Amino acid sequence: MHPIRKKRLLLLIMVVLGSSLIAGLTLFALRQNMNLFFTPTQVQENIAPTNQSIRVGGLVVDNSLSRTPDSLQISFVITDKVHQIQIFYEGILPDLFKEGQGIVAKGYLNDNNQFIATEVLAKHDENYMPPEVASALEEAGHPMGK
Amino acid sequence: MITILKKLGSPKWFYHFSHKLTPWIAFFSITVLFTGMIWGLLFAPEDYLQGQSFRIFYVHVPTAFLAQSIYIAMAIFSFISLVWRIKLTEMLSKSCATIGISYTFIALVTGSLWGAPTWGTWWIWDARLTSMLLLFFLYLGVIALHSNFENRQTAAKAAGILAIIGVVNIPIIKLSVNWWNTLHQPATLKFTQASSITVDMLIPFLICFTGFSLFAAWMIILKTQNEILIRESKTKWLKEAIKNHAI
Repeated sequence: MHPIRKKRLLLLIMVVLGSSLIAGLTLFALRQNMNLFFTPTQVQENIAPTNQSIRVGGLVVDNSLSRTPDSLQISFVITDKVHQIQIFYEGILPDLFKEGQGIVAKGYLNDNNQFIATEVLAKHDENYMPPEVASALEEAGHPMGK
Repeated sequence: MITILKKLGSPKWFYHFSHKLTPWIAFFSITVLFTGMIWGLLFAPEDYLQGQSFRIFYVHVPTAFLAQSIYIAMAIFSFISLVWRIKLTEMLSKSCATIGISYTFIALVTGSLWGAPTWGTWWIWDARLTSMLLLFFLYLGVIALHSNFENRQTAAKAAGILAIIGVVNIPIIKLSVNWWNTLHQPATLKFTQASSITVDMLIPFLICFTGFSLFAAWMIILKTQNEILIRESKTKWLKEAIKNHAI
């Protein structure tokens, strides 16, 4: 190979390696901050700050949803299958909010480790299927989102 | 070997070859994309959870995937033109930027439209969405560099270096949903294991994906042909071809 081309090739390879290194180190430094939300386990282990605006995420526990009559106040429990947190929220839930489905809530943790949410977003998974397939799975004892 | 590469890298050869190819690509991309869209948007089954809004998948996923593939192609073309100074790859790389940014834009908009009814929000600063927005700005930077230098070669050099540095963002977009917790769900289509989508939804998706790919290729070729016409306007082969109505 022509020496000038070889030099340019090496220089560019250095550019690629250098920028990957910078990006890698930056992301490594930002590890926890790159996460959108805290999991119930992190809340339990006191990694999540209290009385400060944060997000928590997990699956809504079956039969945990309770509504106060004549108001929009609701409460439910989310889990990461290890620990649980209770969430209080006043407002309208997204259409996809269902027991067994994932959610991400924004708000703050009070001193009793309860989460007071100001916004609840529904998370959906990467599985798509027609309704008939989903109900067939449910009959077979493998319901989705569980 | 060198002579073959030289021939492939010459704008003249590319122009004549692609000129013969474009009607075919045009025909297939329109037919395939049309079939895929009709099948996906009208006849594919609805999703058990999301109902009809799931259909945005057929536009969102192909464009988001191709936005990243086109970026990689652009960076490879830039790399070749920076090291070997080949005019054709420089033009191809510039064309990729315009088409790539359009696909990124479509992916961001359709993602937003999909997020509103399902998640309950248009936008969230999670790792996937933010890195995809960064891809949009990288494309924007490459285009800006191409068009803001007096000297075309300096422009291509600067834009090429930015394109190559930006490649770091591609694995970040791809793996963001696995490395960190995000609102965005992990990939449905996987290379190494079975996809988590049923066959009657997968087939229209693959047709849409092929359609969007062909369409991108068609657009990149057209853009490159334009670029050749502009840059080579003073060359003998082009003047002769125009005179003989060969173009």
